[in-house]
Order: sequence, then structure tokens, then C-alpha cells
Amino acid sequence: MNTMLNVALPKGRLGEKVYAMFEKAGFPCPAIKENNRKLIFENKEVGVRYFWVKPSDVAIYVERGAADVGVAGKDILLEYNPDVYELLDLNIGKCDMAVAAKADFKDDRNKTLTVATKFTNIAKRYYASQGRDIDIIHLNGSIELAPILGLSDVIVDIVETGATLKENKLEVVEKFLPISARLIANKANFKFKYQIIENIMAELKAQTEIK
Amino acid sequence: MSLELVLREDERAVFKLRELYGKYGYAPYKMSKFEEYDLYAVNKEFLVSDNVITFTDTDGKLMALKPDVTLSIIKNSKDNLDGVQKVYYDENVYRVSKGTKSFKEIMQAGLECIGDVDDYSVVEVIALAVKSLNIISQDYYLDISSLDLLNSIFDMVSLNQVGRNQMLVYLSQKNSNGVESVCQSQGLKKEHTDLLLSLVSTYGSVDKIEKTLKGFALDKNSQLELEKLVNLIKCLTTLGFDKRINIDFSVVNDLNYYNGVVFKGFVSGIPTGILSGGQYDKLMQKMNKKSKAIGFAVYLDELSRLEGQGKCYDVDIALEYGSLDIRKVTEKVQELIEQGKTVFADKKIPQNCRYKKLIKLTD
Repeated sequence: MNTMLNVALPKGRLGEKVYAMFEKAGFPCPAIKENNRKLIFENKEVGVRYFWVKPSDVAIYVERGAADVGVAGKDILLEYNPDVYELLDLNIGKCDMAVAAKADFKDDRNKTLTVATKFTNIAKRYYASQGRDIDIIHLNGSIELAPILGLSDVIVDIVETGATLKENKLEVVEKFLPISARLIANKANFKFKYQIIENIMAELKAQTEIK
Repeated sequence: MSLELVLREDERAVFKLRELYGKYGYAPYKMSKFEEYDLYAVNKEFLVSDNVITFTDTDGKLMALKPDVTLSIIKNSKDNLDGVQKVYYDENVYRVSKGTKSFKEIMQAGLECIGDVDDYSVVEVIALAVKSLNIISQDYYLDISSLDLLNSIFDMVSLNQVGRNQMLVYLSQKNSNGVESVCQSQGLKKEHTDLLLSLVSTYGSVDKIEKTLKGFALDKNSQLELEKLVNLIKCLTTLGFDKRINIDFSVVNDLNYYNGVVFKGFVSGIPTGILSGGQYDKLMQKMNKKSKAIGFAVYLDELSRLEGQGKCYDVDIALEYGSLDIRKVTEKVQELIEQGKTVFADKKIPQNCRYKKLIKLTD
């Protein structure tokens, strides 16, 4: 049986923060700090294997059991609804899911609202809860362009500082969902690696409470 | 070559499961592949996925390829409270797989115990669930929860229907932040919030859970339900299964159909639960039956993941015969097979053939 704990980290700044938390929790893997293109790192002594994956793929790796645990944004969990345990709010990577539009946008409830977004399911659910008739345009990036070019009335996207919106002359209409990074675990592997996962959870929890 | 070696993991498991269920007096139950669609339309929420393959029969009736076996068995069961009817099945069902969003054929084996189900029947079914997992792998866990216990705790803390549904979702995710937010929005007392949070965080042996929950002030009903669950599981420890059974409140099923114990089984190496079951008296009531019922299903389609370890040859002997007389080739192949070898014979052995030994026949 594979006794190493497989951890899927989201590539990027958030992933580095997450790794720092795992390191502090007693699961270091110095090789990860070397500047190279490797994607997978092991520390056999503490029994942990880290790998970098695209942030939106973390949940898939965990759901399918290739990773035992991982860290994914709440946005991804709400959008894809993976069948995983959501063990802990890590209180990092905080941002909001928000509706944004051009500064001169006036909402007209008399017509169907066109919404451009990467997060189709979240946007659908939000507007359904408002009883609003919408037309969704799924985009994969540069969402801010949509209202500027008249592709959509508004966008639904993640807002951290609002700098990108500002530079593109867009404004937040409403922040409707706080987002943060969550520790997730595969439901089956959780049983077989319960001890080590519980340890990590306790250590990480202590760290989030200090903040 | 022994029969064991020829069988695939899922086939081997099916034979052994049949043998096991037969030993406990469960009778085989064979059914047709189709069922009238109405049966599923009425009980949509009971199904794992509500997409069903339908077609029109020659007489104009809308039929469905079975997405589920339990409903068909209940429909045809006699409503008998004098004793129990014990049946087992292995059938293919047709469901939408989450990843590809297309229909998939899933091999399922399972059993149902219907009628005047008493505590012994419940213990027997859970014991059979554990034994089923043990047939599939040495490394397995059965997680059990009690919906009656959860319900009585929800009653005690006066959670409304919306709160209950949200609570079950968060429990199934082990999401303590979610549970906390429900408690807040429902204005629950701190001690009640702590109790519900402990349901999320505790996982493990029956002793551990009993100790944790007894640390809270439970009302009479909840205490009773807790004792019931503990007693059931302690009966199983006499069978030596205690290390393989955990209480886990993240195992939840639809409260409209299930009651009493619910359970899920996991084996090492397969990332999803492969066994799922529970008591479903409420479904029986919905189908106008007075009988109680409990059962489970084992999903065998994932078992192929356990295969292919250590098997690095397709055949024992690759026999290359070139232009040799076919009579001689036939004799040689026969001779080797009689020696118990597996043989692949061809004029020229293809490069991708994995063999232990190569024999080239020449004149």
C-alpha cells in the first residue's frame, strides 16, 4: 500500500503560502524550494509527497484519489461541486466572488441580463436565488473585456484588490460570496490515512487560529 | 491454470459474494433488464442520478433500463410482517457517470432483507457488508452512521427542515465551517453548536464516539438512539470486526427514504466508496408497504483498479512455427497445454507479446 501522503498544491502564490503552512506544521520538503521545473517532490522521512497542479484541477486530483489531500479555493469547490471532504478553512487566499460592470451601468430589470463568467454554476445559482432571468456567456479568461466590448452587461468574477477592474474602468456592483482556500481530502483515502491527515489538520487549524 | 487466475477481479468477487450470501440463506434474485419508467419517476430522489435511459416498448409503454435494483425488488416483494425475505442479486444498472456526463453500465451486487426486520437482521446485514469488503480487499473500512440518532439530535436542538438539509450536506463534507454557519443562522445555543461540531470532527471506533457524545447533555431520545447504535456495533465486535468498523456521521442518505443505520464501505486503492447501504423503512412506506427493509449494494466496476499487480506476462510460452507443417504445430500446442502451460502460437510472434519463454519450431 502507498503510505506516503499525497498533497496537491495549487501552482502559484497561494500554493507557496500553503506549502509554508504545511512546512510549519511539520511536513517540510526542502527540495520544493529549488528553482526548477519539477512538479513532484518527496520527503520520505516525514512521509509526504507534494505536487503542483493547476489551481482549478486540485479538486479533481483529490476527488479521483491521485492526491489524498489538497488545497483549493472555495470558488472551485462551489463551481465543480466535487465529492470530497472539506476539512478546514485555511483563512488564506481571501477574496470575493463579485458582480462587476462598467461604471455607467444601470441595471434594467425589464430585460434579460447577460453575464460573462468563468464560474457558470456559481453565477447561475446566484441569479436564480434573485429570481433574475439571465443569459450566461462562458469565458475562460480576460473576463473584464466582456462589458467593455459590449459582449455582456456584467461579469461575475473573483475580486481581490479590485485593481484589474479599476484599470479597465469597471466597478464592483456587489460582492456576494466570500472566498478562501480550503483543505480538502479524498473521502476514501481519508479513512486509510486518517492519522496523518488528522495530524496535519490539527496543526494547520492551530495556525489559522493564531492569525 | 486454476480458475482463480482466469477470472477478472470483479468476476471473482461476484462468485465469492454469491457464495457468501448463499451461506446466510439469501436466495438469488434474477430480474429483467427493463422496468416501467413510472417506478423511477415517482421515486426520483431515491436514485443516485435521476437520468434514466428510456425507450418505448412495442405496446407504447415507456420503459427504462434499470438505474437501480432495490426499487424493483421492493415493488415485487410480498408485504409480509411474519418474517423476513432475504434475497441477493448481481445485475447491471445504467447510470450517468459524473465525470463524462454520459451513461455507464455498472455491475452491482447486493442484498436486501425485507419484512419484519429486527436487530438481528440489521447486525447480520452489516456483518455481511463487512465480509463483502473483506472478500474484495484485506485493507478496508466500513463507516456507519445512524440517521435516527442524527434526527433525534436535530429534534433536540430544534433545527428546522431547511437547517436539517443544509446540516446533512455539511456533515457529508465534514465541513465544520458550514455546520457553524448553519448553527449561527438558526440561532442555536453554544452547547448545541459544539455538539453538532463534534459530529463533524469525531471519527473512529464505537468506544471513541460513545465517549465523545456522552460528554454532551443529550436528551432521552438521543441517548436511546446512541445506545441502540453502540449496541449494534458491539454485537459485531464479537465477530472480530471492531478494528474495521468506524462511526462516521459524514455517511448520510436522503432522510425521506432512509432511517436507522446507514453505511458506506471503502477499500484501499479505490478512491470512491464501493459499498453503500442502509435501512429504508421510509421508502417502503412511500411504496405503501408495511414491511421494514435493509440492504446494500457493492459497486464492482471499480475493482479493475485493483488488478494488474505483478502480472507481467500474457502467456507462459510463445510458440513461433514459421512454415512448419500445421499438424506438428497442433500436436506441440496440445502437448504444452496438457503440461499446464498457456500458449500463444503464431507464424511470427508479434513484438508486443509478453511471454516467459519463446519456442521456435523448425523442421
